[in-house]
Amino acid sequence: MISHLRTMWLVFIHLFHKKVTIEYPEERAPLAARWRGRIVLTKDPDGGERCVGCYLCAAACPVDCIALQATEDEDGRRYPAFFRINFSRCIFCGYCEEACPTYAIQLIPDFEMGEYKRQDLVYEKEDLLIDSQGKYPGYNFYNVAGLDAGVKEKGKGSNEEEPVDIKSLLP
Amino acid sequence: MPTIYIDNKPFDVKTGKNLLEACLSLGLDLPYFCWHPAMGSIGACRQCAVKVFKDEEDTRGRIVMSCMEGVKDGLRVSINDETAKAFRSQVVEWLMTNHPHDCPVCDEGGSCHLQDMTVMTGHNYRRYEFKKRTYTNQYLGPLINHEMNRCIQCYRCVRFYKDYAGGKDLNVFSAHNHVYFGREKDGVLQSPYSGNLAEVCPTGVFTDKTLKEHYTRKWDLTNAPSVCQHCSLGCNVIAGERYGKLRNIVNRYNGEVNGYFLCDKGRFGYEFVNSENRITQPLIRNQTIEATAYDKLIQHAGKLLSGHTLVGIGSPRASLESNYALLELVGKENFYQGIPDDLAYVEQKIVDILESGAIHTPSLKEIEEADAVLILGEDIWNTASVMALAVRQSVMKTAANHTTEQIPLPSWQDLAIKELVQETKGFLANVTVVPSPLDEIAAVSMRAAPDDLARLGFAIAHVLNPSLPEVPDAGEMINTQAAIIGKALQQARHPVIITGTSCWSNALIRASFDIAATLNAGLAFVLQECNSLGLAMMRAPSFEKAAAYAEETTNITAIILENDLYRCIPAIEADTFFSKCKHIIVLDTLHNRTTEKAHVLIPAATFAEADGTFVNNEGRAQRSCQVFMPANKEIRESFKWLSDIRTLQTTAGNGHERNPDDLLLAFENRFPKFAGISKVAPPHNFRIHGARIPREAHRYSGRTAMTANMAVSEPKPLQDDDSSLSYTMEGYRGLPPAPLIPFFWSPGWNSGQSVNKYQQEVGGMLKGGDPGIRLFEKTTTLPAFYQDAPEAFVPRPDKWMLLPQYHLFGSGELSVYTAGIASLSSGPYVSLSKHDAERHHVRNGDMVSVKADNKTYTFPLSIQESLPDGIVLVPAGLRGTDALSWGSWVNISTEIV
Repeated sequence: MISHLRTMWLVFIHLFHKKVTIEYPEERAPLAARWRGRIVLTKDPDGGERCVGCYLCAAACPVDCIALQATEDEDGRRYPAFFRINFSRCIFCGYCEEACPTYAIQLIPDFEMGEYKRQDLVYEKEDLLIDSQGKYPGYNFYNVAGLDAGVKEKGKGSNEEEPVDIKSLLP
Repeated sequence: MPTIYIDNKPFDVKTGKNLLEACLSLGLDLPYFCWHPAMGSIGACRQCAVKVFKDEEDTRGRIVMSCMEGVKDGLRVSINDETAKAFRSQVVEWLMTNHPHDCPVCDEGGSCHLQDMTVMTGHNYRRYEFKKRTYTNQYLGPLINHEMNRCIQCYRCVRFYKDYAGGKDLNVFSAHNHVYFGREKDGVLQSPYSGNLAEVCPTGVFTDKTLKEHYTRKWDLTNAPSVCQHCSLGCNVIAGERYGKLRNIVNRYNGEVNGYFLCDKGRFGYEFVNSENRITQPLIRNQTIEATAYDKLIQHAGKLLSGHTLVGIGSPRASLESNYALLELVGKENFYQGIPDDLAYVEQKIVDILESGAIHTPSLKEIEEADAVLILGEDIWNTASVMALAVRQSVMKTAANHTTEQIPLPSWQDLAIKELVQETKGFLANVTVVPSPLDEIAAVSMRAAPDDLARLGFAIAHVLNPSLPEVPDAGEMINTQAAIIGKALQQARHPVIITGTSCWSNALIRASFDIAATLNAGLAFVLQECNSLGLAMMRAPSFEKAAAYAEETTNITAIILENDLYRCIPAIEADTFFSKCKHIIVLDTLHNRTTEKAHVLIPAATFAEADGTFVNNEGRAQRSCQVFMPANKEIRESFKWLSDIRTLQTTAGNGHERNPDDLLLAFENRFPKFAGISKVAPPHNFRIHGARIPREAHRYSGRTAMTANMAVSEPKPLQDDDSSLSYTMEGYRGLPPAPLIPFFWSPGWNSGQSVNKYQQEVGGMLKGGDPGIRLFEKTTTLPAFYQDAPEAFVPRPDKWMLLPQYHLFGSGELSVYTAGIASLSSGPYVSLSKHDAERHHVRNGDMVSVKADNKTYTFPLSIQESLPDGIVLVPAGLRGTDALSWGSWVNISTEIV
């Protein structure tokens, strides 16, 4: 008997507790900045594509849902000719983001990707590319790479010496 | 066999090797950079340090470079010693202080020796806080990319390019920590072996520029063991595909054939597979809608075949399977070689000689090990480039061997041997019609007309064996040269004679045979196409015989297999032949002048899309496996098309597709000379522990996305019923049988340097034996000497002998589809000797007309100083030019523009 009353009491006081249920979609849960949701491709501070088509994300992907083809512009700057993620296979593990040497591929706190047709879950580069630097503002891979790909000349990058004058005999 | 102790474990190793080779041959991992199995040791990079102990009691030991330490019995070594490991990781750390943060945009990434070695030594964090050194790059031509920042100064590039391949325009400049590897100024690398820099360089300084156009990482390629299609040597290659396009060609080690290196034509000449000019649709011409489908085509072809007189024209560049399928379809008596009579005659002579068993024909490896070489009439620099590289090694190694016989030095002590040898060279006689870069290392080089070269050959045979007849009216020139060459060949232990078909001269083959048979020397032939010897062995009549048959017969249906007749037959003869045919069925890969004549055009698969067996110049049958299945189902192997047409015609088949194994078995039964070719590679149902051999690396990416744009449900993996390779990443991961190695990879060794894990010993043969089966072996047959020297060549007052000039870049039918190769190929020209040009008062660049085969060809003149008088040279096989009657006498006229 006491046990019954105690139970009823405990249930009753829940009326005055703070609600845990969120009334989605009217209400939205706050998601952390590092939440692993929809994958985007970000841009450099200069507005160019950050992705250099190195294929590391594709290699890291445990479900092999990333396919791309690298190509080059006239300056030798690499970018993906196409970049495709099959979100119907993606498990949002974030390995691609971890593997990306240029901070191009990033997982963002967005999960609202439901579709009626599975085919619509195949995202091409146009669907993935956003006009933002994402989580790493100010970073441009070509400033720290040795390559001259139209972003900086040889020797002008951070932590680089001027190109060697091979005709010089000085030590 | 000495026993050495590595980390206290005893191992038996081979004498005469260095410690690094011994460790690698034992399957142990030891990092290195500057050492290369084909180039020996110089001890420059300090990366392969190990600790050597005096004896069992010695606990302190000393650090040595394993590549500079010979093995000796009882040697005690430690690879895992803490100090040795620390030393190695420090060396890598130094090398990496200036290495740029480039891997994501570097083409070497994923198959990079530097990456592998850095991981192997455990270096992972850059402690050096100062700035990185940078260099400006150079333009090195359309085939090789230069990114000098990545250099680790191992000197492999110049050791290969200058020392090994004899190139002159790549060197090391500047001093101390500023050394620079490049050219004196921007420009195209001149050596035809420059593509090997991409594989020799342990990092990404030199990379393949054609791969850059459609860049794919090594792990993403679908690979298969293949055979190069661009000359008769049959170098083994690995071809890689991604997204339905062929992406690159890398070397596939075969100790007997190409070893570690390829020529640029073979490495870069693959773009024709991806060409816009490919035939992609079966066509039945002269009807409203020409494009047709498989069923209709087969039926239509069946109609054209039944009740007609058949003529089948085979091809020296099609596989044995395809040629045999055509022979089966048309019948043996109706099967012809698609080559001119003169060439067929020369090739027949070669086959006669090889089949007689009286001489031994050497592999490229044996040519490398020869100690005297005579090249009689063949321009191997252009027609068999990798053979020229082998000849160069023979010349260099002979000198080195002579030296090491006097002073005991191990053969891998590269620098010390070079110091001792200096400019001494082994014997090479390069007697040809046209000059060649090989003349620089030749002891004797001589220019003469083919008949005079043959006379020289017979004169040499007479010097070697006085019972053979003297050459009548030989003249002083021939007699002195014959005496010099004869003496050198006589002194040699392993002489090799090289000749070939590029002079279209039968006498040269006979003369070479007489020399080789007298000396018991190796006799190597160079032919024109990748399967020339295979086709010649089928002993079918030449094209002229087919044309003559067409002349007297009506109602002819001609089936032409992968052969652009206009490239080898004068246009007028080809036109006449086609005009006599009622129906013309052509199977080919690319549109050309012959396919324009076709009434029925059938799209055939290229080497990358087909399985095929090819017989190279030494009579080695080799299997080339399908790299990828074309997405376009209309493109099928020629032998499949032909077998299907035959099945319908004879209603003999039971609807099952025949695989190449069955075809080869039937072929073997019909032509016993080819016995063994069905066993060149394991059969299609070969499995290891029930598993196939995967064409794809275990890290192959994008399976669930690459076709998702078309359909999100992944298709079933492609099924290969013709070979035991699979189109997936699943399968047997151990060492596959040597003929089926789709790519070289081993844990920790992602670059091509992992080949040492596939070899029985470093630089030796592949585990299980080098791929390919030799169809000719020397028997005890006594040679039947020819002894019939031709008349001396006499220039005629108003006629010139028309001879072809082959070009490595430009003369190939398929390789010029690579834009880079096309841009390096020469335009048409006419070459005359200096004396002839003076006689006609023409200078370089003046327009000269050659009247050949009822046509007049006007090209600019290019005077060849050393060309014999009375000969006119025209480049052979340039794109868009006609085939000429080589070896015929033609008129020329000069007009000054």
